Amino acid sequence: MTALLLILIPLIGGFTAFFIKEEKQVKMWSLAVAFASLAVMSYGLLFAFNLDNKVFVAEWLPQFGSSFALLMDGVSTLLCLLTVVAYPVIFASTWKSKYTSPNSFYGLMLLTQAGILGVFLAADGLLFYFFWELALIPVYFLCSKWGGEKRIAVTFKFFIYTFVGSLLMLVGLIYLYYQTSDASFSMQSLYEVKLTVTQQAWLFWLFFIAFAVKMPVFPFHTWQPDTYEQSPTAVTMVLSALMVKMGLFAVVRWLIPLFPAGALMFDNVVIGLSVVGMVYASVLAMQQDDLKRLVAYSSIAHIGLMSAALFVNNESGMQGAMIQFFSHGVNVLGMWIVVELIERQFGTRKMSELGGIAQKAPTLAILLVVVALANVALPLTNAFVGEFLMFNGLFKFNLWYAAVGGLSIILSAVYTLRMIQKVFFGNENAVTVNTTEINWYEKTSLAVIVVAIFVMGIYPKPVFALVQETVTMILGIFK
Amino acid sequence: MNLILISALWGVVMMFSGLFIANKSTAKTIAVVGALVLLAGNLFDLSGKMIIDSNFNGMLQYDKFGLLFLTVIVLALLFYFLLSGKAIQEVGNHSYEYFALMFFIMSGIGLVALFNNLLILFIGIEIVSIPLYILTGADKKNLKGNEAALKYFLMGAFSTGIMLMGIAFLYGATGSFQVDKLNLTANDNFTIFLVIGVVMIMISLAFKVSAAPFHFWTPDVYDGAPTVFTSFMASIVKAAVFIGFLNLFMNGFGTITGKWQLSIAIITALTLFIGNITAVYQQSVKRMLAYSSIAQAGFMMFAIFAVNDMSKQGLLLYAAAYCLATIGIFAVLVKMKDFTIDGFNGLAKKEPLIALVVTVCFLSLAGIPLTAGFFAKYFVLAAAIKTGTYLWLVIFAVLMAAVSVYYYFRVIQAMYFKEGNSEMAETSSGFKGLLVAVAVLIIVLGVAPNLLLNWLILY
Repeated sequence: MTALLLILIPLIGGFTAFFIKEEKQVKMWSLAVAFASLAVMSYGLLFAFNLDNKVFVAEWLPQFGSSFALLMDGVSTLLCLLTVVAYPVIFASTWKSKYTSPNSFYGLMLLTQAGILGVFLAADGLLFYFFWELALIPVYFLCSKWGGEKRIAVTFKFFIYTFVGSLLMLVGLIYLYYQTSDASFSMQSLYEVKLTVTQQAWLFWLFFIAFAVKMPVFPFHTWQPDTYEQSPTAVTMVLSALMVKMGLFAVVRWLIPLFPAGALMFDNVVIGLSVVGMVYASVLAMQQDDLKRLVAYSSIAHIGLMSAALFVNNESGMQGAMIQFFSHGVNVLGMWIVVELIERQFGTRKMSELGGIAQKAPTLAILLVVVALANVALPLTNAFVGEFLMFNGLFKFNLWYAAVGGLSIILSAVYTLRMIQKVFFGNENAVTVNTTEINWYEKTSLAVIVVAIFVMGIYPKPVFALVQETVTMILGIFK
Repeated sequence: MNLILISALWGVVMMFSGLFIANKSTAKTIAVVGALVLLAGNLFDLSGKMIIDSNFNGMLQYDKFGLLFLTVIVLALLFYFLLSGKAIQEVGNHSYEYFALMFFIMSGIGLVALFNNLLILFIGIEIVSIPLYILTGADKKNLKGNEAALKYFLMGAFSTGIMLMGIAFLYGATGSFQVDKLNLTANDNFTIFLVIGVVMIMISLAFKVSAAPFHFWTPDVYDGAPTVFTSFMASIVKAAVFIGFLNLFMNGFGTITGKWQLSIAIITALTLFIGNITAVYQQSVKRMLAYSSIAQAGFMMFAIFAVNDMSKQGLLLYAAAYCLATIGIFAVLVKMKDFTIDGFNGLAKKEPLIALVVTVCFLSLAGIPLTAGFFAKYFVLAAAIKTGTYLWLVIFAVLMAAVSVYYYFRVIQAMYFKEGNSEMAETSSGFKGLLVAVAVLIIVLGVAPNLLLNWLILY
């Protein structure tokens, strides 16, 4: 039931939001819906984490072997949790942002949430594809309508990229469907398909391109910095904290279990691309002046490490990657909140125009420093746990990948600390002389993030327990 | 049989009412009643109760697929009359005759959907085509319309001639006009007569559905004809010719797929390529839709290519999805002052509801999930994948579908994200209500396509 409610609440809440004309009311409503999802998820997780709540199956297209099947297992639980935690934080931290026709904005945001949760929960191939696309449509409208100057062209590029990817996946999916013994799209039937190595090889690419575009893995990443920059920050948060996880999650739930031989065959290609992407994005991040682009490139570097670690075929790499799904979501959300606060207050995102904010807004500065240190994966922060495990896994796979990839950690320290230095310290200038401290709900949003960073950094065991189920399953398939 | 008879008779009724009723606006009402009677007659057809219960020595065959397909077509006709009836009356002074011609076309469509004899197919196609030539040139004072009509007539007549010749060759080779008695087997020693016959029929049908490289008439005719009639041609007529195409290739040539599948595959690829790529460069929405209809024909060709159970389901759903979306878009387009894409700038601010419906229609044409167009594309592609061969063609098709997103979304972008003052004629609340009904139907079919397909599979 929890699984179904997680999709229904934002879906119905989103459609309702379109009819609430008053700005304040629609904001309240969206926040309430986001909290309702969080409440349902926490209740399910704490008090009723049993099979009944994790699985939901209803009839959809019986003649064509597709059903409305949801499954909340290991890593999918973790990502659902991330989504329902992220949404209230996003709404709270962007509470003051003004949007034209706010009802459509918040309605589309909630529909996106429904789509994302659907992707994390779907246990049926066709349903998965359905949600995969559905999450994209509202985002297309969000970015094109409320984004920056170049929004239309940039969003369109993003849309076409992902659309091509997902259509290729659809072809692969239908092909796979005809190979099942019982003509069914259900996850179990698809898992059991026996494919030759050649079939696995090209099906792997049909699926992987879709996921690689979404993550994005180098060289499919070119849409990402532009889109992150042009989107309204609330949408960027959704994109980078949640939507990129769709691609990573799809690798875990669909790609590797469906085509283990394909994954083994191309592990060097994928890891190689990811590692190149990590270093490349880190170098680019160092040269950015725009805060949004900096975070965007840094995000590509982090995602690259995760996608590499998913293919190393050993326990620590996979554990690390899946834990990092959550940690990266939390951390990048924190980064975006800071960017949003700065942009709203000063009207610019250029690092060269900012400086000395810490003097007038010490709380913001402290919170940011914690988030930034987590971005660099300092011990005691959540990202350390994941990155350590991932590098450990990468090291076991091949020393050189780990060595080259390790560069990106050093570089991330360079650009992150440089950003703090330029924006928060140094002398005040004309732009920042009237800095005011952030208000209580912005503090709360950031505090939630900081608490999550420390809790997971010091006591990651509950998350380990969640992902272990999936890790064991995948390693079992490889054997 | 009911449908064929009633539509022919109602056409006559329409013509005579034009003589006796001076009031122009009654025409729409009579036509809508006619469409309802057609629907009722067709439903009786489906349940097996016919006015004349005969298959005329096997010349017609009342299979469920054909009858169900006709139901979809008649429903589309009903929507078309309701949404665009007024616009039809405004084309010229002969509104009753226009409606009458469309009823005659419906009669031809009935023959095309239910034929079991090649001559019936030929007669059906002719009955569909000839009134269309007239409708294309209905706006007598429009030079472009006249040119289009003449072009359409010359080329159309030529292609029907080729079809007749093909039928003759086929008769020479097999000794039968009956589709189910052609008895072609893959091991036959293929005589040159047979090959010429099949190829000629293929060419002429490809011409009628505007598949490349026989598509050259389409943009000019669709662009030149009065916009309401373009809507009719691009939706109802096109879908109907496809069912004739599928019936012939499935029941007649289904046993020798190996011999023609490659040709159809090439036609499909060409159609997809030319339709989609050329549509990208269009500035006029009307002309873009003409090319898009070529592109959509490319997707429907997959049903012909695959000839299996999935192609029936696919084509049925495709016809429904495509007709709904096309009729919806054209109904709005007729009301626009400016047919260019820029003419849609800022429509969402002025007419949010209409913009929303048009968006749903375009999303459906592009094949985005949650709309009927997605499942339509899904089923025709699945039909092709089921054959297990020519997978490159499917991959090519999805790449082309991504191209189609480009030009469909340009209109959406114009409506929602661009500033402008798009001008549109007054619309009544009834018109808006119908448009919303179209959008709702598209979404319902996009969530539960089995509502329609169950009729084909289960009952």
